[in-house]
Amino acid sequence: MKAIVTVLGSDKVGIIAAVTGELARLGVNIEDISQTLMQEHFVMIMMTDISASSFGIKEIGEKLKAVGEKIGVDVRVQHEDIFNSMHKI
Amino acid sequence: MINRNEIIETIQMIDAQNLDVRTITMALSLFDCIDADKKKCADKVYEKIVRRAGKLVETGEEIAAEYGVPIVNKRVSVTPISLIGASGGGYIELAKALDRAAKTTGIDFIGGYSALVQKDTAPYEQNFLETIDEAIAITEKVCCSVNVASTKSGMNLDAIDVMGRKLKELAVKTDSFGCGKVVVFANAVEDNPFMAGAFNGCGEGDAVINVGVSGPGVVKCALEKVKGADIATVAETVKKTAFKITRVGQLVAREAASRLGARFGIVDLSLAPTPKIGDSVAHILEEMGLESVGAAGTTACLAILNDAVKKGGVMASNSVGGLSGAFIPVSEDIGMINAVKRGALPIEKLEAMTAVCSVGLDMIAVPGSTPAEVLSAIIADECAIGVINNKTTAVRIIPAIGKEVGDTIDFGGLLGSAPVMSVSRFSPKAFISRGGHVPAPIHSNRN
Repeated sequence: MKAIVTVLGSDKVGIIAAVTGELARLGVNIEDISQTLMQEHFVMIMMTDISASSFGIKEIGEKLKAVGEKIGVDVRVQHEDIFNSMHKI
Repeated sequence: MINRNEIIETIQMIDAQNLDVRTITMALSLFDCIDADKKKCADKVYEKIVRRAGKLVETGEEIAAEYGVPIVNKRVSVTPISLIGASGGGYIELAKALDRAAKTTGIDFIGGYSALVQKDTAPYEQNFLETIDEAIAITEKVCCSVNVASTKSGMNLDAIDVMGRKLKELAVKTDSFGCGKVVVFANAVEDNPFMAGAFNGCGEGDAVINVGVSGPGVVKCALEKVKGADIATVAETVKKTAFKITRVGQLVAREAASRLGARFGIVDLSLAPTPKIGDSVAHILEEMGLESVGAAGTTACLAILNDAVKKGGVMASNSVGGLSGAFIPVSEDIGMINAVKRGALPIEKLEAMTAVCSVGLDMIAVPGSTPAEVLSAIIADECAIGVINNKTTAVRIIPAIGKEVGDTIDFGGLLGSAPVMSVSRFSPKAFISRGGHVPAPIHSNRN
């Protein structure tokens, strides 16, 4: 299953390390990654494959949310279909 | 690959603009629960709802977590109870069974304490109508709807008379609050997922998932980006936004139906406001260029909005149904509340708006001293608009016991608070007490 991980918040040292480290621990493979600053806000979007993880999308979402809270950013994990259905005809 | 802006747009819609799936409603047929023994009938009803909808709440929560979109309510609607209890009676027992089943399954509301009496009221339906005030007063989660008119059948003035009286009695029994759970319809739709009017129509099937999506805030934000543009651009912007919102509903509905072993029914895209800031239909109308909702031009703006919402919806899903359009409840919409308070929005203007919105006079508080026949006549006016214009109209009106014009009644939660509005002081009593059946309009003869 493909999931989109988004990280939004104010920029600081170590965001990518914290989030990708947790993804690695959970067995989630990152297939595509983009990161930018939009009006000083940190925005990172990752396309991931969670098929090999022993955790479900809900648990992965909860664990990453907790990591985000520790470093003060919002982390979301969402099934890719919500974006496909909304933006693709 | 989905592009970054689209991902950010979706997240903003959910986070900042209150896009949500307002309800997953599981519609269940109860025809196989009918029994001449009223206790057995109630037991079967309870058992079936708990068996079929037992995992509804859990499934809704799973889907919400997976897709990252809030699913606010999980509800059940059932076959009109007036039919299920027709042979055994025991309507109050059935209401209690519905309430118990709702509590066991953990759902928010259960709809279908309903009767379809648009042409005539059968004796068992008459018995049913007489139980409405008691049934709603003694239950917590049961919602009631009565269809008293249709374009095809005309209007049942006797039932309209009864409903005015029942609303008064219910208001007295429940200090007005029960009236938020009762709606009187013309041209009721059989696959509506929204409360208080949801029931499972007789031809709908055994277990069906109908989903209601909402997002007034998303539409308002989209319109903020086209300030000053011509009105066709406004309509186009609403349509595109409605498309995106409906697609979310369709995704959730298909997923829920598949996980719950039910048929996917319809997606109902209704701009359903809540009292939260940024979740108001009135503010969309004001964004279109009105100083206040209620100003001249309000009906035109609402018509444009309602039509564009429907067009976006039908492009996004081939199963758009329910009410689909813009709701204009007063108590649930901070913009409507403020308009009434500033004297911009009388009940007569709201009535005009109901000719072009998706439903009708909704969550309107009137003085507790309003006579039953005036409530009936307000229902009759709404029915006439629905019957003649071939659309659904509804009345959810609350006689605010002990309150007068200028007072406010506070319902709390999603139901919000309503300023008590003035109604005509002239009596329609002789008209309502005529009773009988209003013939169907000429354009009902389309065969």
